Amino acid sequence: MILFTFKRFLQLIPVFFGATLLVYFLVFATPGDPIAALSGGKPMSPAVESALRAQYNLDQPFWVQYFLYLKNLVTFDLGQTFSGQPVADVIARAMPVTARLAVMALAIEAFFGIIFGVIAGLKKGKLFDSTVLVASLIVIAVPTFVLGFVLQFIVGVKLDWAKPTVGSTAPWGDLILPATVLGLVSLAYVLRLTRTSIIENKQADYVRTATAKGLSRRRVVMVHILRNSLIPVVTFLGADLGTLMGGAIVTEGIFNVPGIGNLVYQAVLKGETPTVVAVVSVLVVVFVIANLVVDLLYAWLDPRIRLV
Amino acid sequence: MRYNRTSKALVLSAALALTLTACGGGGAEEADETTGGDPSKVITANSTEPQNGLLPANTNEVGGGRVMDLLFTGLVSYDIDGKPVNELAESIETTDAKTYTIKIKTGQKFTNGEAVTAKSFVDAWNFGAAAKNAQLNSYFFESIKGYDTVSAEGATEETMEGLKVVDDTTFTVELKRAESDFPLRLGYTAFYPLPAAAFEDPKAFGEKPAGNGPYKLAEDGWKHNVQIDLVPNADYSGPRTAANGGVSFKIYSTFDAAYQDLLANNLDVLDQIPPSALQNYQDDLGDRWVNQAYAGNATMTIASYLPEFKGEAGELRRQAISMSINRQEIIDNIFFGGKQIAKDFTSPVLDGYSDALPGNEVLTFNAEKAKELWAEADKIDPWPADKTFTMTSNIDGAGNKEYIEAMANQISNTLGIKAELNPIPTFKEMRELVVSKKLTGASRAGWQADYPSLYNFLGPLYGTGAGSNDGDYSSKEFDQKLAEGLAATSVEEGNKIFNEAQQILLKDLPVIPLWYQAVQGGWSDQVTDVKFGWNGVPVYNAIVGK
Repeated sequence: MILFTFKRFLQLIPVFFGATLLVYFLVFATPGDPIAALSGGKPMSPAVESALRAQYNLDQPFWVQYFLYLKNLVTFDLGQTFSGQPVADVIARAMPVTARLAVMALAIEAFFGIIFGVIAGLKKGKLFDSTVLVASLIVIAVPTFVLGFVLQFIVGVKLDWAKPTVGSTAPWGDLILPATVLGLVSLAYVLRLTRTSIIENKQADYVRTATAKGLSRRRVVMVHILRNSLIPVVTFLGADLGTLMGGAIVTEGIFNVPGIGNLVYQAVLKGETPTVVAVVSVLVVVFVIANLVVDLLYAWLDPRIRLV
Repeated sequence: MRYNRTSKALVLSAALALTLTACGGGGAEEADETTGGDPSKVITANSTEPQNGLLPANTNEVGGGRVMDLLFTGLVSYDIDGKPVNELAESIETTDAKTYTIKIKTGQKFTNGEAVTAKSFVDAWNFGAAAKNAQLNSYFFESIKGYDTVSAEGATEETMEGLKVVDDTTFTVELKRAESDFPLRLGYTAFYPLPAAAFEDPKAFGEKPAGNGPYKLAEDGWKHNVQIDLVPNADYSGPRTAANGGVSFKIYSTFDAAYQDLLANNLDVLDQIPPSALQNYQDDLGDRWVNQAYAGNATMTIASYLPEFKGEAGELRRQAISMSINRQEIIDNIFFGGKQIAKDFTSPVLDGYSDALPGNEVLTFNAEKAKELWAEADKIDPWPADKTFTMTSNIDGAGNKEYIEAMANQISNTLGIKAELNPIPTFKEMRELVVSKKLTGASRAGWQADYPSLYNFLGPLYGTGAGSNDGDYSSKEFDQKLAEGLAATSVEEGNKIFNEAQQILLKDLPVIPLWYQAVQGGWSDQVTDVKFGWNGVPVYNAIVGK
């Protein structure tokens, strides 16, 4: 398993370089001139313009720009934003906020998704099951930004239970509302996945055997049904962590969360390549690691799976 | 390891703890709100992250500008109506509008303890103009003699010969030519003084500027992308003294989020109501809102290099298009009354503004006349049969798409030609098209004043070869009038001549004026005395907590 983990980490290297190259190219290829936009429609003296172009290597062809970027990357210099901030600092401030948001969203969706899913699965066809199914269908059907605005207005403005936006230090309490919105759609998927899986495993031979052996209902459900039913759910949750971090742009916008979603959105609009590339690269690493963790969890949940 | 009851219980208690924290957070917030009546209340206001370090000559957008204007003060500042009021200037004197002798008040200092002297101004302006410092606002110094030498690419010269320090409190400014509105400009951000520390390490200074304004940056006050905290500067003794305990600018990525915060009293002042709330904000906020014109306008440029809009036929076509736009209808239906119909090329908040310039009927909707003019133009030079009149605009800005599509409909209904929006995804792409002169039709434009002056709306935009003359307009007659206006010895005399210059523009229509911008803002029930200035920015220093 150690060898397996090590090999997977080695895979990170080509993935990382591939991702930076691709993203760098995409930002490079987007039309528009970031320096012209910096001046905001006001005149700019030619000397200032060429100095700025040189500063951000925008006067160089693509390969030179990318090579210079890589050269700095090796020395852990992620470049600078147009405002002269080191990109590493900017990300270091935004990343923990988004990580917290994503982990909370993941916790919420896993906790409620699995519990409701298990109950629905065990009581298939009953009132609870049907209610939960309809509710989750609605959540899946309604776009995140609608959910976000509605919850923000009701909970944040009308009921005044929480602040409508996240405060400057992004405390855990402020993040509950955005995390709920962020995790809600996935929660619905987790719920449905768990439910289906439980229904399937309920009829498995080993469950009947376990029941016939006279094991308690609780033990049959927790050990024999639930554990086997969790394999697809864990796969989904693992992959979802990356999605939640990368997909937080809409939620972060609505609740003004100072995270990487907001950061990368602004950077894309400005054509600020170093920031975009750095954020996406970090997300790629998160994705790869999350997938690795999922694979390791597989083996733990189902000893029949061997990692090589 | 197995899933067992204990682990489940742990997760459950963790989730409960989170829920409880949320309730705790809400409670604390309410407690804050009941402690009203505090004269030292810190005002929270919306802003955007400053695009650059906080240096006067490098700040050219509102996010940085509003912070700079509180951290620094220049020779003059503008009062709520845009009238210049002396701040550091004791006197600004000239006999020929070309050479100015400026005396400054004594005993003023920067927050790092350094005295504000004539040298602080001269050095700061030289720094702003010199090419090697690559400051975005460097063109603001272009009127000063010697600017061309220091701003040329690769220039080694760093001081403009037009600036001379006479003694600690006096300096002289010599301009390239007479410019009567030069004193009006001196309240603009680019003209603020700087302490010596700024030149040693501009980058570090830009992070933690030591200014001389009504506020100073709090300890670790600039939390990037999140918040900027300002506290009153006890050493400041000008007309803009802080009436509150400080200003905290919250950085918002959308105005929608800021508006929700305002409704929940989680934000004190919002200077732009988001488009989604324009219909309802007056009901939502009771009497806590404004809708007032500020020094900015929206226009549509029809570049002079477009073949269909050249010569006499072109002139007729420009007028026809202008008269086929029903501005009021668009203002009412798309902006819910949040603009004012344009009557000239400047702004109604400016000194010298007139809504009765001869020839301004060309800006009024008149379908009959528009058809007539268009037919006349067609006689001279027929409009190509399948040609579509396009209007280019970036559509990432709020409301752009809607109003241009409405205009396209009006134009095509009135003139019987095809007209449509040419949508461009982002502002940077739009600017590239405009700057590289690759437009094939009209384009969305507009101007926001840097300083309150008619000239600021005319010279930089329509003077031959001027920096923001995107449509390449050139008229000898107009240039002549501008020069005359600048040479006038008084601002009033100058304004009269600038308005004559505008009459030339009304005939040529290098751009089609659409409407004057107005600010729609609101404030929470925690504050009073919220007023918005001539430039649409709230007068932060005057806001008081309830």
